[in-house]
Amino acid sequence: MHETMLAQSLLATISEEAAKHNAKPVAAKISCGGLSAVNDEILCFAFEAVAKDTPCEGMKLHIEHKPLRANCRDCGREFDVNLSMPKCPECDGESFELLADAPLLLEEIELQTD
Amino acid sequence: MKKVNVVKKILYANEKYAFENVLFFAEHKKLCLNMISSPGSGKTTILARTISDLKDKIKIGVIEGDIQTDIDARRISQTKAPVVQINTDGACHLSAAQVNAAIKKLPIKELDLIIIENVGNLVCPSDFDLGENAKVVVLSVAEGDDKPIKYPAIFAKSRAMLINKIDLLEGGMVDFDIERAKTDARRLNKGMEVFPISARTGEGMNNWYDWLTASVKSV
Repeated sequence: MHETMLAQSLLATISEEAAKHNAKPVAAKISCGGLSAVNDEILCFAFEAVAKDTPCEGMKLHIEHKPLRANCRDCGREFDVNLSMPKCPECDGESFELLADAPLLLEEIELQTD
Repeated sequence: MKKVNVVKKILYANEKYAFENVLFFAEHKKLCLNMISSPGSGKTTILARTISDLKDKIKIGVIEGDIQTDIDARRISQTKAPVVQINTDGACHLSAAQVNAAIKKLPIKELDLIIIENVGNLVCPSDFDLGENAKVVVLSVAEGDDKPIKYPAIFAKSRAMLINKIDLLEGGMVDFDIERAKTDARRLNKGMEVFPISARTGEGMNNWYDWLTASVKSV
């Protein structure tokens, strides 16, 4: 449900960047962490709605979900956390330290040049 | 086509206000907690009882977030605690900008602790930092003990978990395994404090009060 607000923030950020280059944006790459509550389908739908009648209308969004990472306290391995059964894939240890989750980022935009 | 590297936080507008709020609480040396749960878990009842029971020890101010109505703010007002109601008009979470405006309406110098009661929702509020010192998640036993594993983000990000309505466990009114909820929540959050309570009967509330009192002192 909060994807609408994300879409609005995203639209503002993309519009600002595109304006710097005086070009129409056609696509954007976004990334988020494993604990972000971002649903791709809803975000794309919300973006389509907020971008209507703006220079961002028709843009394609590519969303990359970066896994939450952790360090195993038993064997030291760094691993991707499976949120439904979090444990070390190396030693099955359940004692681990979570690393900072990736923030919600606008990584890159693609601009029309012709 | 030309690709432009941006690497900018999408929620920077929210984070800017969250950071202002962090500075505000730090400058006034006040503790701020962001209370998050599903609708109906008992957040307002917990708050009202906590305010009344601790009134001689800790002065609490409340920011109430709801989609509509000031029902919760009126319930808190009965305790005489200062309260500011925010209506989000449909939004599923509070934003740092809304909290930034609300904290300026509280008599901050008279308070020890500010508790933000977020909009009832176990998902969306976890993505929006409000500048609080810590998040407290509330889970009531009627919701089921599988919630920490089904909604991991908020349980991973909270400093403490209140398991409310434990009076319903007596006589087998609901099936809820406190140990399961605790173990699942701590898989992702080893240091999480867990307080099984009943805001209705008062059972277990003293442990929560002890933690609150110690947290307020440590600011």
